[in-house]
Amino acid sequence: MFKQLFAVLSMSLQSLPQRLGASSVIVIGIAGVVAVLVSVLAMAAGFRHTLADSGRADRVIILRGGSDAELNSNLTRTDIDTISNAPGLAKDSAGKALLSSELVTVVNVPKRDTGTDANVTLRGVGLKVAEVRPELKIVSGRMFRPAVREVIAGLGATRQFSGLSPGSVLHLRNADWTVTGVFTTNGDVHESELFADVDTVGSSLERTGYSSAIGLLTDAAAFTAFKDTLTTDPQIKVDVQRETDYYAAQSKQLTDTINAVGNTVAIIMAIGAMFGALNTMYTAVAARGLEIATLRAIGFGALPVLLSVMIEALLLSLTGGVIGAALAWVFFNGHSVSTLGGAFAQVVFQLTVTRALIVTGIVWALIIGLLGGFFPALRAARLPVAEALRAA
Amino acid sequence: MKYFPLIWATLWRKKTRTIFTLLSIVIAFLLFGVLETVDYAFSHPSGGATGADKLITTNKYSITLSLPFADIQQIRSLPGVAAVTWFTWFGGYYQESKNFVFAIPIDADSYFDYHKNEFIISDQQMKDYVSTRSGALANVALMKKFGWKVGDKIPLHSTIWTQKKDGSLDWTFDIVGTFDVKDPTQASAQSSTLLFHYELFDEGRSFGKGNVSWFEERIDDPAKSAEIAAKIDALFANSSDETKTQPASDFALTFLKQLGDIGFVVHAILGAVFFTLLFLTGNTMMQSVRERIPELAVLKTLGFADGKVLGLVIAESLLLCVIAALVGLGLSFAALPVIKQGLQGVDLSPWALVPGIGVAVLLALIVGLPPALRAGRLNIVDALSGKR
Repeated sequence: MFKQLFAVLSMSLQSLPQRLGASSVIVIGIAGVVAVLVSVLAMAAGFRHTLADSGRADRVIILRGGSDAELNSNLTRTDIDTISNAPGLAKDSAGKALLSSELVTVVNVPKRDTGTDANVTLRGVGLKVAEVRPELKIVSGRMFRPAVREVIAGLGATRQFSGLSPGSVLHLRNADWTVTGVFTTNGDVHESELFADVDTVGSSLERTGYSSAIGLLTDAAAFTAFKDTLTTDPQIKVDVQRETDYYAAQSKQLTDTINAVGNTVAIIMAIGAMFGALNTMYTAVAARGLEIATLRAIGFGALPVLLSVMIEALLLSLTGGVIGAALAWVFFNGHSVSTLGGAFAQVVFQLTVTRALIVTGIVWALIIGLLGGFFPALRAARLPVAEALRAA
Repeated sequence: MKYFPLIWATLWRKKTRTIFTLLSIVIAFLLFGVLETVDYAFSHPSGGATGADKLITTNKYSITLSLPFADIQQIRSLPGVAAVTWFTWFGGYYQESKNFVFAIPIDADSYFDYHKNEFIISDQQMKDYVSTRSGALANVALMKKFGWKVGDKIPLHSTIWTQKKDGSLDWTFDIVGTFDVKDPTQASAQSSTLLFHYELFDEGRSFGKGNVSWFEERIDDPAKSAEIAAKIDALFANSSDETKTQPASDFALTFLKQLGDIGFVVHAILGAVFFTLLFLTGNTMMQSVRERIPELAVLKTLGFADGKVLGLVIAESLLLCVIAALVGLGLSFAALPVIKQGLQGVDLSPWALVPGIGVAVLLALIVGLPPALRAGRLNIVDALSGKR
């Protein structure tokens, strides 16, 4: 049987160039579906990566209880003192807790592509920020100085928004702030933000409290004790979360939405592509009617004929899938975009075509090929031999 | 028109092929319809709430920074300003954070003056609301969603505002009435709104007293909106809280634009869809003409001119594409209510579907022209003798 299959298959594949026009419909149709699917899902993957990279399991974020997000939260100086005395926080050489009290607001900065104002996070950070966030590196210019109106801008933010290069001036509540440098934090969410000294930001906004406190633990296992100490303290009402959990929750809604939209569009397109594949394979079977009938007449079985048609359809769709995934990768992998994140402010992220997405795309391609090839294959296998020979 | 039966018959010459081609085009136009309406919605903020006579004054540098309530006196006294009210973000939810409630602390007089004739509220419930300090008016859709009844006591959690009396984030309201919006296009945008007394809110909150998120103005003459906006901003220039006043529609648009370049995503997807469709339909038309060459030669022998044969093939292509496009666009029109549920707060307009017809004609011409030219140029003798 395998011998027969190979014989039929090699015949059909050799005649493929003659049916190039019709066969390319399958390849192009499926390439389109896979390219769209992979590109849209790459958006969700990129966004999730950006937020997932922002967290470390041994770093905690503390918000006022019931606040959900930094922008809503408010911690007093007393709260900060209590938090810095909780057990489990890493200490610097002088024995001070590695805790950065932060104040978050959003400022209007024009987006490069539209020229319209976008909400960019301005984060006032504490003096310990370099130790709490060791991934923070200045890539050009210099760090801001405390007690002076200076900010540093994230690399992602400088790409998406205008007027953030070192030396430029930002205006906030009747005061000019100078951008002194550009920083990276390994591509995480903070690269979409501006950092400045927390107390300078606070006095400018006339706010006495803080939005959140970010602490580095001695190790990830210290979390439970740290959390329990704070949540059982009747003096303060705070929510304590691992950074990883906090950012995963922030990314969930948007990635779910993008994935749902991407899958819906791709399913609709896939149905269209399946009709195209059916068309092509029916035509192919019709074109090879005489050949198939002859084979059947000299003793070839129905199964090898059926399988040969299926395999041809699968090979064509595999080609389409690979081309589609490659197109998505070439055009969009690493493409930088920004959107409103969960917290009312812009998050800059890069589309990421992961290996898993490429596999997903190719699996979709094969499913379309399978469905599009099956019915024509069935017709080929059931072709009434005598009739087909006579018709020719 | 008299050739219609001929064209119709040739279209269905190979039934399976025509049906599959038709279905592919239907699918493409279904996507076109859905994606274009969404894109249209995101580039055209809905009418009612963002009418041309409405302005919004926010903090110049950040929408999270508040403005002093006292500013309202100066704005109100500007000539051309018909009504002013104010807005403060409450950040409310009911029981769980996924149950978002768009709770707005309002001042009844100025709020309903600003939204003149936009809401349907019974006189009795309005009276009850005004006389109940902890009263709230909830949108009918919101009442239904959570199964609330008039007379219920509803606790809402604010993610921002703690109460002065006990530091709690939970606020309790008495539902004294319901409201609906007159303009049906506003129904989804208002579906989670709950109105309660600003007075109760401002006195009850433990911080931020006397500050509001932004002011909303209704003006007498929409043509003067730029002029009045500039005048408002001039009032507060060089104060510690400078303002930025813009038409409400522009304000809504900056939010929608911040979501990202939805237009680009939509058009990139549709580009891919129609590129593949060109090949698919083009291939079908080519095949269909190739198979019919002897028939076309017979037509020519009977005296059909080259132009007429060309026209017949083009007409066939037009018929195929336009029928399928109409079905696809019709399906997407039928799907509008479903999309509407998924996209709360945006308004979907069937107008976005109109360009679809143009796209269908263009598609038909592009895929129909090459085979039509070939058919038109056919040499009768060669075609009949089988030399293609």
